[in-house]
Amino acid sequence: MVGIVVLGVTLVVGVIIGFAVRRRDGKVRAVKQVVSDARAVVTSDDLGVELGERVTLVQFSTAFCQPCRATRRILHDVAEMVPGVRHVEIDAESRLDLVRRFDVMRTPTVLVVDVAGNVVKRASGLPRKADVIAAVGVAVDGPSHESSHQSDSV
Amino acid sequence: MQIDPRGPRFGAAVTTLILAITLVTRSPWLLALQAVVFAFGAFDASPYGLLFRRLVRPRLGPPSELEDAAPPRFAQGVGLGFAIVGLIGFAAGITPLALGATAAALLAAFLNAAFGLCLGCEMYLIIRRLQPGRTQ
Repeated sequence: MVGIVVLGVTLVVGVIIGFAVRRRDGKVRAVKQVVSDARAVVTSDDLGVELGERVTLVQFSTAFCQPCRATRRILHDVAEMVPGVRHVEIDAESRLDLVRRFDVMRTPTVLVVDVAGNVVKRASGLPRKADVIAAVGVAVDGPSHESSHQSDSV
Repeated sequence: MQIDPRGPRFGAAVTTLILAITLVTRSPWLLALQAVVFAFGAFDASPYGLLFRRLVRPRLGPPSELEDAAPPRFAQGVGLGFAIVGLIGFAAGITPLALGATAAALLAAFLNAAFGLCLGCEMYLIIRRLQPGRTQ
């Protein structure tokens, strides 16, 4: 009897987790800008390569990550398509310092970084190409175009 | 190594069924059997994978794309860990431990079978994060 109850509860929890993850997966979210925190800024030293001329797409990956490959393909396509956009892939395991600094819990996690190194948007899970392109647009224009009162918090 | 992603998914469905029966019958032998399957899976030799290649794949079309074998292999190792904890629970007569660990493995297998979500893979980075930091 206990076993049947445990089985039922486990399956219900599984369905809830499954739909919750599916809903959130790959969603490109806005990132609150903390202007005073230098650690929140991505530098070329962090990445080991120069930032993109306009936008850098920083992808955290691990060897044990199913959607990382598809994510790589999408970001690569966007970088090819939109001039000034660079795609940088980081092996999360060898850069745990960055993983902790940018609070990466899952792979793939994508940071959309503007020319000044600010993380404008982020997504975990496989993002949709259209969402990435839209986020790149926001990063190029600067966050002030999306929300005018963000500069007030300086 | 590249594999047909439907193989691990099929394996997860069989695993879900076996672990569900384990919970209902509270049979340590069934869990031990699944633990052996996990152990083979952790070395890329899952019996369920063999079953898939022999019986299921010939009836399906070719896969739309292949995927890396490393994530599902790692997840099989995580499953083995839970199965061993569950077996310790059965052996020591600690029923909540036995059922809890079995339920955890069942949850992971069910999420993989029903949603294609690899819980073991998700745990990988979180486990690595908990380990002492390296600066670079």
